[in-house]
Amino acid sequence: MSRQLKGLGEEGGGGASGRARNSSPGTGDKSGRRPSRKRTHKAETSPGRRRAQPGQKESTVGSPGPGSPRRKQAERGGRREQLGERERGSAEKTGGGRRKRDGRASLREQRAPPKKKKEVPRKEEMWKQLKKHRSSSLASSTSSGESLSEEELARILEQVEDKKKLIATMRTKPWPMARKLAELREAQEFVEKYEGALGKGKGKRLYAYRMLMAKKWVKFKRDFDNFKTQCIPWEMKIKDIESHFGSSVASYFIFLRWMYGVNLVLFGLIFGLVIIPEVLMGMPYGSIPRKTVPRAEEEKAMDFSVLWDFEGYIKYSALFYGYYNNQRTIGWLRYRLPMAYFMVGVSVFGYSLMIIIRSMASNTQGSTSEGESENFTFSFKMFTSWDYLIGNSETADNKYVSITTSFKESIVDEQESNREENVHLTRFLRVLANFLIICCLCGSGYLIYFVVKRSQEFSKMQNISWYERNEVEIVMSLLGMFCPPLFETIAALENYHPRIGLKWQLGRIFALFLGNLYTFLLALMDDVHLKLANEEAIKNITHWTLFHYYNSSGWNESFPRPPLHPADVPRGSCWETAVGIEFMRLTVSDMLVTYITILLGDFLRACFVRFMNYCWCWDLEAGFPSYAEFDISGNVLGLIFNQGMICMGSFYAPGLVGINVLRLLTSMYFQCWAVMSSNVPHERVFKASRSNSFYMGLLLLVLFLSLLPVAYTIMSLPPSFDCGPFSGKNRMYDVIQETVENDFPTFLGKIFAFLANPGLIIPAILLMFLAIYYLNSVSKSLSRANAQLRKKIQALREVEKSHKSVKGRATARDLEDTAKGNSKNATQLTKEGTAHHSAGQSQALDQKAQGPGASSSAGRTMPPASQHLPVSQPPGVRPDSGQAQPQARPWRSASGKSAQRPSH
Amino acid sequence: MACAIASLPQLPETTEKSHPVPQNSEANGGARCSAQDPDVGSHGAYPDLTFLTKQEILLAHRRFCELLPQEHRSVEESLRARVSLEQIFSLPELKANPFKERICRVFSTSPTRDSLSFEDFLDLLSVFSDTATPDIKSHYAFRIFDFDDDGTLNREDLSQLVNCLTGEGEDTRLSTSEMKQLIDNILEESDIDRDGTINLSEFQHVISRSPDFASSFKIVL
Repeated sequence: MSRQLKGLGEEGGGGASGRARNSSPGTGDKSGRRPSRKRTHKAETSPGRRRAQPGQKESTVGSPGPGSPRRKQAERGGRREQLGERERGSAEKTGGGRRKRDGRASLREQRAPPKKKKEVPRKEEMWKQLKKHRSSSLASSTSSGESLSEEELARILEQVEDKKKLIATMRTKPWPMARKLAELREAQEFVEKYEGALGKGKGKRLYAYRMLMAKKWVKFKRDFDNFKTQCIPWEMKIKDIESHFGSSVASYFIFLRWMYGVNLVLFGLIFGLVIIPEVLMGMPYGSIPRKTVPRAEEEKAMDFSVLWDFEGYIKYSALFYGYYNNQRTIGWLRYRLPMAYFMVGVSVFGYSLMIIIRSMASNTQGSTSEGESENFTFSFKMFTSWDYLIGNSETADNKYVSITTSFKESIVDEQESNREENVHLTRFLRVLANFLIICCLCGSGYLIYFVVKRSQEFSKMQNISWYERNEVEIVMSLLGMFCPPLFETIAALENYHPRIGLKWQLGRIFALFLGNLYTFLLALMDDVHLKLANEEAIKNITHWTLFHYYNSSGWNESFPRPPLHPADVPRGSCWETAVGIEFMRLTVSDMLVTYITILLGDFLRACFVRFMNYCWCWDLEAGFPSYAEFDISGNVLGLIFNQGMICMGSFYAPGLVGINVLRLLTSMYFQCWAVMSSNVPHERVFKASRSNSFYMGLLLLVLFLSLLPVAYTIMSLPPSFDCGPFSGKNRMYDVIQETVENDFPTFLGKIFAFLANPGLIIPAILLMFLAIYYLNSVSKSLSRANAQLRKKIQALREVEKSHKSVKGRATARDLEDTAKGNSKNATQLTKEGTAHHSAGQSQALDQKAQGPGASSSAGRTMPPASQHLPVSQPPGVRPDSGQAQPQARPWRSASGKSAQRPSH
Repeated sequence: MACAIASLPQLPETTEKSHPVPQNSEANGGARCSAQDPDVGSHGAYPDLTFLTKQEILLAHRRFCELLPQEHRSVEESLRARVSLEQIFSLPELKANPFKERICRVFSTSPTRDSLSFEDFLDLLSVFSDTATPDIKSHYAFRIFDFDDDGTLNREDLSQLVNCLTGEGEDTRLSTSEMKQLIDNILEESDIDRDGTINLSEFQHVISRSPDFASSFKIVL
């Protein structure tokens, strides 16, 4: 009994277990041994045995109709007769007993003492010869061609396919390696032997070729996979961190790496399609006013302090919007740069949103609905709370403590779920805390607005200091640095449960960041409007200057005047470049502040604690300052907002993504170093996976919010008249209209015009709303059905309890399983439920009557129910007849147990 | 050491030439020898049989060889050698794991369950690898938690499991009443058929609903 289940897990094919069974004689039960050995010979030699496997497998693993297993069985029976095997039938009938023996045997094989293995080779050899003899005769008969009927051919083909499937899914079997190797070898030999026999005449060559290509393809795919895993960067670094800090801290670095990958793609998009074509084919620097540093700035344009502020030469480079010309096509390729610029700007957003949604979807696919996890709080804590990646004893100790706390917490929660002490005081404190935090948020918003306004004043003045130039960025970074700890302090008033507290904290930091970002944008927008208002005047000035220059007297009329030097032409303020510069500065200062915070807050603190501890009056490491913890949520939020800023700014500063790639790269190394050198593992370790999709959701929200201002500027602000790829147009999106009109055939233009018609768009939107409504109602009804089915399971459980004494255990489990299956598939509820109910009962009775032998047949007829099991099954091929599942499913274990009980 | 790594990938190819297929199938049989069987090509077949890539297998082999005494580090010998549990525990990946002994015992194929061969070691890493299916992970998790190897998780198994999770320290131990409460709750949740124990299918049912089991049930070399 005790080894039964374990054995069940490892049971399988004839060769290995048969060998093992014989290698340890004397321990098996006598009644079972003789037929089993006979059967094993057959298993090795006869193709009929092999045929028996696929049929079995299909009935359990595949998803045929309800009738198909029986059909298969019948088919197998017929074939068996055809091959003239008398003993096979009886062996098959006693499948239940055999399963038990197989289970034991495979276990024994696993534990077989080495000395007994000596006798294995001899027997093996004997069998091999026998087998070869038989199989070669079979092979010769097949290769002769004429004697092979169509049916047999199909059968062999099916077998070969099954063996191949087995080879492909071998790794998902819970067997020891030696067993897997033996199985693999057997399957491979079989495939090699019969592959050639298939397809004769003209088809043979093609078939062989196809097989060869398939083999090559598999090898190539494996090599490619290997290559791909090798290409994933920083695997070892992250693994190191994982083993020291658990998976939650590592999840930040995995997120960072993912972000780096996304940014690399964006970088490739922008550089490949916008910046490089412009640099290679566009007009060179200095050819037109927008590509030249104005005369007034020329002497300082190369100073480091100017360059550091992204002024001077950098401002008039391809990194910013203003540098691009509004020529429709550039170079000999006739590359439509303005069009490309616009499309790349749109696709940056499109790609980011798409990839986030994709990764969110793949995150949620694995996990089931939220409601169900509520049912298993204790079990999850018990079975899944240990993080096997932890390889550091300190982290392990922390983990022990946190697990114990969570156990105690949940026990206390369970015991007194509604314990309220002083409701009024708590309420008052919570209201007070929220009030304080809202004050903080408003204050920080106002501060940013004030500072941005002031910076506009400064920008009009001459001789401003470094601080005055960078005031906005400094204030924003400082707010981002000091507000979260302040919030945490205030949140201590609220006395929330840590998990809820963490959520509030995250929400507040999110609100702070978002508020700051939007205040900044609003202030920036004011600035833009101001500049736009001035634009008309500047445009006139430019016109007049050029007019006067060309028409002024003093020059010989016969000589045309040389054109005015581009540096001398008066310019507009080019608000797009100004916005781009703001974002660029913000990104850089954000990066610097992050690094400085890490250096001062983590590294210096760690050094201080470490070295001053020798000469201090209290224990610094355990006491007040101690080492810093890695702030996962803060870092992730920082990363998310940074990405939002990049997406916003990249339209006006194409080089921003390049900067961001550098930033992510350096922060990967820097933070890896910092976390390993100066941080300690968390006291309160929380899980990574749940928060991962949460972070993705936040990122999606932030990207959407950052899409809005860009969309607003594109749709409703006129572009500057003398800079950028869209200069001279009324709106930026006019570039699409222009392309459609000029470059596409007219009927396409008509189609586009038709599509843009409000008469078409409004119905489309309506249709989408309807679709959303419909899907929503469908999901609601499905969840209602789910709830009902759960109730049904509970009711069945009650029924089962009361009938327990009357009926055998097997019935109960079959019932249970049927119910479970039904819960997965609502449509099959009524029919199958009752059908299987009765089937299960009658089978149980049969089992009782027939003893061990019948149980496997009961197990075999159940599979239609097992296919709806909530436990996902690997698409594995089960090599053994009657023992389709290596893991004991409910119906399996039921039959196994019932099979065994009589023998005890 | 370096030569061992270098020669590993070439192992199947070089031996394949010297032993034609039919000859070797008679030359040696038995479970043990199949590891060296050039027909399958032990290292050629490992990537098919495990969830590990070739590089990971080579790394595993290197780490395994480091546990062996100096003179047994040749490729042939390392594939045959067994490493005792104490040596395996010295791996930093397992050092802090409270289930290290259970893990090794579950994966050991030696009769006394106290040593690991290289293939057992590969099996272990394969199950704990990133790409292994949740099904096989939960299967082995069940066997790891099944302390008395009887095929079900009964109350003793569960209390031992709790003791493993709460560590050695006296202050983190749960009291008897707490332990009873906890186990009662767990059985209430997971024991679907109410027989007082959790069997494999019940266990897998619970585990399949856990969002973070697959991500934490991982050991990477």
